[in-house]
Amino acid sequence: MYQTTYHRASSVDEAASLFGKSSEAKFLAGGQTLLPVMKQRLAGPSDVIDLSKIKDMIGVEAAGDTLTIKAATPHYDVATSDAAKKAIPALAYLASLIGDPAVRYRGTIGGSIANNDPAADYPAALLALGATVKTNKRSIPAEDFFQGLFTTALEDGEIITAVSFPVPAKAGYAKMRHPASRFALTAVFVAQTKSGEIRVAATGASQSGVMRVGAIEAALKANWSPSAIDSVSIPASGLLSDIHGTSEYRANLVKVMAQRAVAAAG
Amino acid sequence: MSTVKLTVNGKAVSVDVEDRTLLVHVLRDHLNLTGTHVGCDTSQCGACVVHMDGKAVKSCTMLAGQADGSSVTTIEGIAKGDELHPMQAAFRDNHGLQCGYCTPGMIMSAIDIVQRHHSQGSGGQLDEATVRQELEGNICRCTGYHNIVKAVLDAAGRMKVAQAAE
Repeated sequence: MYQTTYHRASSVDEAASLFGKSSEAKFLAGGQTLLPVMKQRLAGPSDVIDLSKIKDMIGVEAAGDTLTIKAATPHYDVATSDAAKKAIPALAYLASLIGDPAVRYRGTIGGSIANNDPAADYPAALLALGATVKTNKRSIPAEDFFQGLFTTALEDGEIITAVSFPVPAKAGYAKMRHPASRFALTAVFVAQTKSGEIRVAATGASQSGVMRVGAIEAALKANWSPSAIDSVSIPASGLLSDIHGTSEYRANLVKVMAQRAVAAAG
Repeated sequence: MSTVKLTVNGKAVSVDVEDRTLLVHVLRDHLNLTGTHVGCDTSQCGACVVHMDGKAVKSCTMLAGQADGSSVTTIEGIAKGDELHPMQAAFRDNHGLQCGYCTPGMIMSAIDIVQRHHSQGSGGQLDEATVRQELEGNICRCTGYHNIVKAVLDAAGRMKVAQAAE
């Protein structure tokens, strides 16, 4: 790891001000991605600003038809949160599939979405549920937030403070896990909003990162059942292809995971 | 350089380290607690697992500064004198190790699993499938896991008895 200077922020304002005073700072939440990247010297920030001890940034709250997860909440807390399990069980289930238990104690939702790994879990949930990303400057709809591989709408120094999820009528998540990295080889989140809209998002599949799957949304709108997806054809073009799976394999996984997600949603 | 203050295995310690220093290197190189291992160094193998404020974490994926002010327990801190922790005893009795390299991390993760299930009110009734699933962040290249899982289930029973006796 290159030399760096560690700062622990006690408030969002302090974190923003520390960022302004540094030459090439990075925000550090759980560090389960940033630290491995720094250890490989693929990143060498002059300063790291730890957000994980900011009390206002930790917690899960349900109010009316909205579930809010503050940005520095670890995956373990989401997976075991009574509020999350009651409001959006598929989201708590998704959190329980990230990494392994030790990673889930440290990794956070804010860190995951700020990094926007094309195979990360949370981006699929945000996109399918129509969530809103709250930052210290503004609110950003999930549609606008994710902008391709490892790219988001965040400006330099902008800090994610929370994510708000509208509580859906139904939702389900199904994931084919890579057995070593535990990232999604492909995973699909399906949701039926309270107003009847069907939204389906796939992660781990597209070369452009998390994506909506319009063909499956249309099939489910006509008939909300796993079998409705049987006749859908997902084109392999634009999908990821690597030693773990070809784009054709992933195209099929999008269908199969969507079917399992619908079955799980009920 | 920063001063990092920790409570390690019940003892207050203070070390002056570069900010880029990982927790595992403070434990091994500064405190000579070499029971905690570095295996893959990529957060996948779990040989470096220690407890920080009661939770199992990968000490190769934490800066020492992130742990400042925390209480850390390593494999050296779980036995009571000459009396092995029930998890250590169960690993020995069930032949849950061969080369032993992964064992400290396995034991620290396994204690966390048992404690978590005790506190979640499942009465510590861990089943084999749950243990196998929750040990996914610890890799062993010798045993084939079978005796490790047996050891964890055995220890879950012993720890429940020990907890009831307290």
